Amino acid sequence: MKVEVEEPTTELQRPKIDFYSASVLTGDATAEDLETIKRHTSVYVYETPVRLWHWINAAAILVLCVTGWFIGNPPPTMEIGEATNQFVFGYIRFAHFAAAMVMTIGFFGRIYWSFVGNHHSKQMFRLPIHKAEWWKEVFFEMRWYMFLEKEPKKYVGHNPLAQIAMFFFMTLGMTFMIVTGFTLYAEGLGADHWLSTLTGPILALVGNSQVMHSLHHLGMWAIVIFVMIHIYAAIREDIMSRQSMVSTMLSGHRTFKDDRPE
Amino acid sequence: MSEIETFYDVMRRQGITRRSFMKYCTLTASALGLGPAFVPKIAHAMETKPRTPVIWVHGLECTCCSESFIRSAHPLAKDVVLSMISLDYDDTLMAAAGHAAEAAMADTIEKYKGNYILAVEGNPPLNEDGMFCISGGKPFVEKLKYAAKDAKAIISWGACASYGCVQAAAPNPTQATPVHKVITDKPIIKVPGCPPIAEVMTGVITYMLTFDRMPELDRQGRPAMFYGQRIHDKCYRRPHFDAGQFVEAWDDENSKKGYCLYKMGCKGPTTYNACSTVRWNEGVSFPIQSGHGCIGCSEDGFWDQGSFYDRVTDLTQFGVEANADKVGLAAAGVVGGGIALHTAVTALKAAQNKAQASSETNKEEA
Repeated sequence: MKVEVEEPTTELQRPKIDFYSASVLTGDATAEDLETIKRHTSVYVYETPVRLWHWINAAAILVLCVTGWFIGNPPPTMEIGEATNQFVFGYIRFAHFAAAMVMTIGFFGRIYWSFVGNHHSKQMFRLPIHKAEWWKEVFFEMRWYMFLEKEPKKYVGHNPLAQIAMFFFMTLGMTFMIVTGFTLYAEGLGADHWLSTLTGPILALVGNSQVMHSLHHLGMWAIVIFVMIHIYAAIREDIMSRQSMVSTMLSGHRTFKDDRPE
Repeated sequence: MSEIETFYDVMRRQGITRRSFMKYCTLTASALGLGPAFVPKIAHAMETKPRTPVIWVHGLECTCCSESFIRSAHPLAKDVVLSMISLDYDDTLMAAAGHAAEAAMADTIEKYKGNYILAVEGNPPLNEDGMFCISGGKPFVEKLKYAAKDAKAIISWGACASYGCVQAAAPNPTQATPVHKVITDKPIIKVPGCPPIAEVMTGVITYMLTFDRMPELDRQGRPAMFYGQRIHDKCYRRPHFDAGQFVEAWDDENSKKGYCLYKMGCKGPTTYNACSTVRWNEGVSFPIQSGHGCIGCSEDGFWDQGSFYDRVTDLTQFGVEANADKVGLAAAGVVGGGIALHTAVTALKAAQNKAQASSETNKEEA
């Protein structure tokens, strides 16, 4: 069964061969559906390195939060053997440090990719605060979250509100955690280590290592709060918005639920 | 300065044999963590150098630094005071009092301009023009500035002089201020601790006399040889920390077994001092060895870091008993509640829109 449709009036190029006829095989495709999928409704947004970074980073943050919590509030004493043969707390700390290294290297890689990657890969690092148009979008998105807008807009990359959250919690938040974390780590390496030379002024600025610990703790909670909001917003927008959210971070493609351009 | 005897002269005069003198040099070398090659160097310095005049002033303090100092075993405080330095002024240790004592200080400053060491115990309060600490009829801050003007170097004894200690704890009503914030044009060695370890105090002085220069200082101005590592880095209970074996309560079995005091709020991991290596009272013990966690007395602002018995310490900015984890957990709870509420409203709103849409289509159909 071949479905005839009118040529859409948008400037989008339409392939000459009508291979969508095959879709009929899926059974429940209506004429309307076919009309929709004939347009190019998916955009490649998140390139492979960005997606890879996202999931590695997510895993690292999970490990860091769990082990970090246990470093501040150790698990109950375990008596597996003599202290010499037991390394429970040591392994917890090792996992924390190892995940931190992975996260840090990943973050550097991600910064590098923001220079060589596509336009969307730069979004997390740059807020276009000088553009009035962008601010309008921010307020629109806030109204949408406050249930004051009936219908959300379509966004290829992050929506402006998400962009702000990414910038403050990830770009700045992770920088803060990396800096405070490595300052604490350098204390263990000793004053003669090059990392101590690098982070010494930061420790001196705070004055007391205990304060640095407290700051690092607060930073973790900021990231936990971000993760909660991030996951909630991603799932909610996947359902409520006019575009794909969760799958986009898996496939890289943003697909849209309707074909209205605005 | 010919009238000042050399150290060796003083020791021989006191009936110390050369053999004992060499033993003493050896002990000093080991107290400083130096190799045997330094023993003859120390002996030579002792034989040839005149004693260095020291003026020791006391501001807002509790004299615990002096109490610690006089208990030094290697070298003995008696040797330091009577044989090594020429302690020309120290209002708690000197025989003279009143005008005679003040005259001795003026005398020393006049005689050894630019050559004496100023040791400061305690700190000056700056509020109300320094009236919270009067010494010799004048605000201590004036005495400090007067004595510091011609000093070769300044030693800040203890947490008071180095960081402010308890009298500078929030809200610091007297505006007690550490020495380095009042005297900014002299080399200052901070020897923090409440009090500092006796052997660290005499060790610093011995080093300065022996090598005629300041010991290597770290970024905060503390002698790196004593404050280069944390208590935690050299703690003999460290294996229990790495094993995850902790004292859970003061009277439990683990406490008896000498497990790590981390969970009891030990500040060893955040405190730079030599307690776990030099120890106290001739190396008899130190707080952790006695079963109590380190309270971090040699760290900047240790009184303002909440309880001595918490690892995740209180943040005074967030109210009476909030620490980073409590603040974070509360914030996460609020956000979680907000998310739940937002989900509910979203669902309701969606249902409402759906109902409206269907009623509209029904109307159209009708």
